[in-house]
Amino acid sequence: MVSPPLIYVLLMLAFPMGAIILFSFWTQEFMTLDTTFTLANYREIWEKPIFAALLQRSLFVSGCVTLVTVILAFPVAYFVSFHVAPERKSLWLFLITIPFWTSYLIRVFLWKVILGYNGVVNTGLIKIGLIDEPLTFILYNVNAVIITLAHAFAPFAILPIFVALEKIDRSLLEASQDLGESKFTTFFRVTLPLAMPGVVAAVLIVFIPTIGDYVTPELMGGAGGKLVANMIQTQFLALNNAPLGAALAIVAMICVTAISLLFVFLNRRWLRGRS
Amino acid sequence: MTLRIYAIAYLVFLYAPIILLPLFAFNDATIIAFPLSGFTTEWFQQLMTTQALHRAAQNSLFIAVLTALLSTILGVCAARAGAMYDFPLKRGILGLVMIPLVLPEIIVAVSLLVVAVQIFDVGLSNWTVIAAHVLICTPFSIAILNGAFQNLDPAMEEAAMDLGESRWSAFRLVTLPLVMPGIIASMLIAFTISLDEFIIAFFLTGANPTMPVYIWGLLRFPASLPVVMALGTILVALSIALLTCAELLRRRGMARVGLKDKGGFI
Amino acid sequence: MTGLIQLNGVNKYYGDYHALRDIDLTINEGEFFSLLGPSGCGKTTLLRTIAGFEGVSGGVVMIGGRDMAGVPANQRPTNMVFQSYAIFPHLTVAENVAFGLRKRPDIDKSTAVDAALDMVGLSGFGHRVAHALSGGQRQRVALARALILKPQVLLLDEPLSALDKKMREQMQVELMRLQRHIGITFILVTHDQEEALVMSDRIAVMFDGKIGQMDDPETLYRRPKTRLVAEFIGKMNFLDAMVKDADITVDVQGLGTCVIAPEQAPSGVTLGAGAVGIRPETLAILFDGETTDRETIQGTVAEVVYYGDMTYYDVTIAGIATPLNIAMKNLIGRPVLDVGDATTVVWDARSLVLLPAAA
Ligand SMILES: Nc1ncnc2c1ncn2[C@@H]1O[C@H](COP(=O)(O)OP(=O)(O)OP(=O)(O)O)[C@@H](O)[C@H]1O
Ligand SMILES: [Mg+2]
Repeated sequence: MVSPPLIYVLLMLAFPMGAIILFSFWTQEFMTLDTTFTLANYREIWEKPIFAALLQRSLFVSGCVTLVTVILAFPVAYFVSFHVAPERKSLWLFLITIPFWTSYLIRVFLWKVILGYNGVVNTGLIKIGLIDEPLTFILYNVNAVIITLAHAFAPFAILPIFVALEKIDRSLLEASQDLGESKFTTFFRVTLPLAMPGVVAAVLIVFIPTIGDYVTPELMGGAGGKLVANMIQTQFLALNNAPLGAALAIVAMICVTAISLLFVFLNRRWLRGRS
Repeated sequence: MTLRIYAIAYLVFLYAPIILLPLFAFNDATIIAFPLSGFTTEWFQQLMTTQALHRAAQNSLFIAVLTALLSTILGVCAARAGAMYDFPLKRGILGLVMIPLVLPEIIVAVSLLVVAVQIFDVGLSNWTVIAAHVLICTPFSIAILNGAFQNLDPAMEEAAMDLGESRWSAFRLVTLPLVMPGIIASMLIAFTISLDEFIIAFFLTGANPTMPVYIWGLLRFPASLPVVMALGTILVALSIALLTCAELLRRRGMARVGLKDKGGFI
Repeated sequence: MTGLIQLNGVNKYYGDYHALRDIDLTINEGEFFSLLGPSGCGKTTLLRTIAGFEGVSGGVVMIGGRDMAGVPANQRPTNMVFQSYAIFPHLTVAENVAFGLRKRPDIDKSTAVDAALDMVGLSGFGHRVAHALSGGQRQRVALARALILKPQVLLLDEPLSALDKKMREQMQVELMRLQRHIGITFILVTHDQEEALVMSDRIAVMFDGKIGQMDDPETLYRRPKTRLVAEFIGKMNFLDAMVKDADITVDVQGLGTCVIAPEQAPSGVTLGAGAVGIRPETLAILFDGETTDRETIQGTVAEVVYYGDMTYYDVTIAGIATPLNIAMKNLIGRPVLDVGDATTVVWDARSLVLLPAAA
């Protein structure tokens, strides 16, 4: 029963992954592919500072987006799980997920309208007299990229945290208060540790995919806000240097995976250290 | 109370871009900025007459329908296996099929591009996009269908067989009606994802662009932006309608088998 | 006489796990047969091999003289009441009951459904939605649904375990009445010894995939063949004993020497070390003013557990390692003793059962 999806995933995922790894050890000159094994692509990435800079910025942006998204999302998940009547929970979840399913491109573009020089934020703030000149640090730079991505990945962060919170047996909280903890300390000694699996899932599910987004940096990032995904895209589609693009994609994946594993590991240590 | 205010503010943040969409779609100005100048339906009329757009829409529909069907079929297989059978490496295998959910889309895009163009030399077409979309939609289908299948007592099919039905007719008479709302919800979600997906489609689309790729092209020309707003309004309205259907169906399905609703899909 | 159902040397493996070991079993027509055993001993597995949901790894399953190898569940003359009832939630009660009639155009649907619902006491419930029923009602629907096809054998997998105590006792009686009324073979799986004793004509006690003993309830209770069976069904005191000769003269620890009848040694007689079992209710405490012509022995009350209608005493007796457990009816005039009271214990050699020595 499970074999059709398994075969499909192997065929469409594992096999292409293998191909792209193989590819990253080849080289390409215009249209001709040289299939001799070489580390030239990786050497180029290592040596040219632009790649390191892009990668660093990408990881920084992904990290910021993750932090912002998860911190903003947690109270919402908490609110829906603990303070919304059971029969209205699914309505809230539905409202939270809806924007996520609607035209991604256009949503990103509209952030440009909101944050732009003549955008909603600036005209609004000028009208109420808080500022005299339009703010410029909110468009065509890394900040704009972070805001937009944090918006795009919000439901991804809320849902796993919500699920983890829902699983918490409410009598545990009462037990904690019965044993002398206040509501506040109960949150830190019981609720938060039990919600941790959801937070970890949220972090991974936001952090990993954001590395692969090139639309937001392209539209919102301006000249200084381009990320590694833009470079991969350029190598593949504009410069016709697929092997270098492949190597770059692999390096990016390795970085992201390494950081994710480190995070999971540290989190485990922390949870175990407390008990 | 503060938590409630915060949650509502958060919803406003989530909906901010979408609320702007119809404002500019009906705004009688070619630049997308405040203040608004007047009401017009001109941008919608332009949509009606743009041939390239119609072709892109047709492509996207074709891709989305096939993606919805295929990923739901795969999702049914995986969810059923996960809910009803034990087999070696079960957790590992079910985890593996969910991987595309967390994989950066650009990785999926470039690896399939390399395979399609450089290795098999099949050329890019709607089919390459479908292949990739099925890959990324299947985890969503599985997640939705898991909910439907896990509520299902495995003894149910056995009871039907015990009463004289064959394996297939037991599935058709008992399981299928019970998971049908989940199946339709899965198709609607996969359809919506595919219709909206850009990052992968941009790499894998053939000579005929999909709708998002077409929109991406329009975004470069300031003159065409109001038309994009109009198109976006239609797409958002369509998505919301589809998702509402999916949600209502999911709830009907729960109510039908007498289950308490525990949350949204996924 | 060959039975309706016959299992010869049935074995079942799940991977390396040996779930059924050499099961030999004969179940007669019209019999109420129970499979009793602790959780995980393989009762459900055995039932499912009879129903056809599990193939056997070795051995033969015969129903009505026909080898069932390769015969799928939907072609066997058995029907099943599932532990979870497996009531189809998208169908009404009547549709559930009529489910099996789809391929039986020879049977008139509405009369058959009415008759089946009537039989289980659910007349007039046909139009109800299945998921809005109570536990007891679901149970009845499951019964009606399984019986409508007039199977030769009805298989019931812990059908009463989901019900509360009152409901369970009521359904026990109803099931027995139903079985007598329609006269077909019932095979009941249960881990509740009382339920098995009350309902069955015969019981097979299972441990670890093996049948430990197969007998009618009384024999099973009074003449268990092993300590395991004796312990699983009811309470039993065990005393070390020496078998002196083939006439079954037994020297029982603390009680002295006595002679027992051959039927009191259901597992046979082996000279040398053995054990005897005594049920708590076959022992008695001699209260003030009561007399007896049976054997007596002195002891001290070590523990008192009061149950209302009964009191259970643990009485320490010189020469016996563990105190004897004694069940006494709280008849008029009988006081409840206190811990430390000296008492006289009455026993009778006819209530002993000889068992193999403790392992
Ligand atoms: N499909 C299976 N795969 C592997 N092992 C199984 C399977 N079904 C049952 N088992 C194992 O076989 C043993 C017997 O299971 P079975 O369900 O027959 O027990 P049971 O006597 O009915 O117990 P219970 O009273 O808990 O229902 C158990 O240890 C169980 O774990
Ligand atoms: Mg069982």
